[in-house]
Amino acid sequence: MKWTRKDLLGLEYLSKEELEFIIETADSFKEVSTREIKKVPALRGKTVVNLFYEPSTRTRVSFEVAAKRLSADVINIAAETSSVKKGETLIDTGKNIQALKADIIVLRNSFSGSPFLLSRHVDISVINAGDGWHEHPTQALLDIFTLKEKFGRIEGLNVSIVGDIAHSRVARSNIWGLTKLGAKVTVCAPPMLIPYAIEEMGVRITHDIDEALYEADAVNVLRMQFERDQQNAFPEHIDYFKQYGITRERLDKAKNKNLIVMHPGPINRGIELASDVADSPQSVILEQVTNGIAVRMAVLFLVSQSENSQ
Amino acid sequence: MKEKTKILDKENISRILTRMAHEILEKNKGTGELCIIGIRTHGAFLASRLGTRIKVIENKEVPVGVLDITLYRDDLTLISSQPVVHKTEIDFDITGRHVILVDDVLCTGRTVRAALDALIDFGRPTTIQLAVLIDRGHRELPIRPDYVGKNIPTSQQETIEVRMEESEGIDEVVIIEKSRLPL
Repeated sequence: MKWTRKDLLGLEYLSKEELEFIIETADSFKEVSTREIKKVPALRGKTVVNLFYEPSTRTRVSFEVAAKRLSADVINIAAETSSVKKGETLIDTGKNIQALKADIIVLRNSFSGSPFLLSRHVDISVINAGDGWHEHPTQALLDIFTLKEKFGRIEGLNVSIVGDIAHSRVARSNIWGLTKLGAKVTVCAPPMLIPYAIEEMGVRITHDIDEALYEADAVNVLRMQFERDQQNAFPEHIDYFKQYGITRERLDKAKNKNLIVMHPGPINRGIELASDVADSPQSVILEQVTNGIAVRMAVLFLVSQSENSQ
Repeated sequence: MKEKTKILDKENISRILTRMAHEILEKNKGTGELCIIGIRTHGAFLASRLGTRIKVIENKEVPVGVLDITLYRDDLTLISSQPVVHKTEIDFDITGRHVILVDDVLCTGRTVRAALDALIDFGRPTTIQLAVLIDRGHRELPIRPDYVGKNIPTSQQETIEVRMEESEGIDEVVIIEKSRLPL
């Protein structure tokens, strides 16, 4: 298999083979973070620019750690403190970064599709670190990597995604990736948080949390993004926890006693996830964070090695 | 590409590895602080075979590891075929040890240079000694092997192909003549 893409924009556009190749490459990179000297020279002399238009700590830090472990130079630009405030467009910012002879832009932007727009106007690599409600490909890749590590396979796994599906790019990327790799995906949320026609992506819908957990091998719990609730459509915190919160009692009713609990973070204890569940052996939330570095190292390495990159 | 000559067969390779195992033990005065690390892919197989032979001779286990040097190559941007990154598996501390670094063919020395950089990132070995099955000359860096299976001076038009049971299903070393036709 040969990697030919200069960008990583979303999992919707990748083939099954490409997804498997990233996961395999990430597996080789995981060992680097266990060394005493956690660094390899693969991206020495390359510059990675983290261009973040939305607040983010974990994704930005994860990309920064990944790039530094590959010996790249990293520059962080946060929109609030940059010329974006003075009215510069995304395309102009991108062209300026290219003129600085940077090699990779990691973009986080609240407008769905913005990485696509940017990649059409610059020759350097663009990696989508989350665009609006659309996709968050590296988060889904690290979720898939974690599942593969736990179960040895993706094909045939039952994965339930619980929470605010409507506003979640993590859910969408996971659905694209998991269904391509042969997993069976169920989404579970109150009706107003399930987007229209989501079943056309090949998922099962339920509004009953016990049903979502019963057959599941893994449950991916999404954070309730109350900050996105512009129409007052969200339930109260306590009501949500009562109806959809992942509790010990609910997990114990599931068929698979080794069901694993995932969460992209940051977790809200007592809203979508009971505190004791978050800290239980079934929770792989912190392993996801560690795996995120390996996955992002693999993605940075692959886009920089592709023949189409500059 | 035309196959020219078979230089080593299964028996030759087996005798060479037995001799090299003895040489390694002689020079290091036994297995104390010894470890063997093979460069993926063929070097790793050779390393594991050397480990087995040393066990037979001395009745002592020597730690064996596998090194993938893709991330340390100086020609990542030059080579046309994209390299695939594989795992490095060294689950012991190399600090204070005598490391026997194993590869199948020594030529320019660039692979070994990359491997040395990688090893130094893992710790501070007392010594690093180089064992290769074939030394074919054409060095571009000041690197020399400590243990050589066979010296085979080749022309630039020729290349050496090592085939091993573990990957190609047969133990042999052959000289291949590169096609003169423009590629």
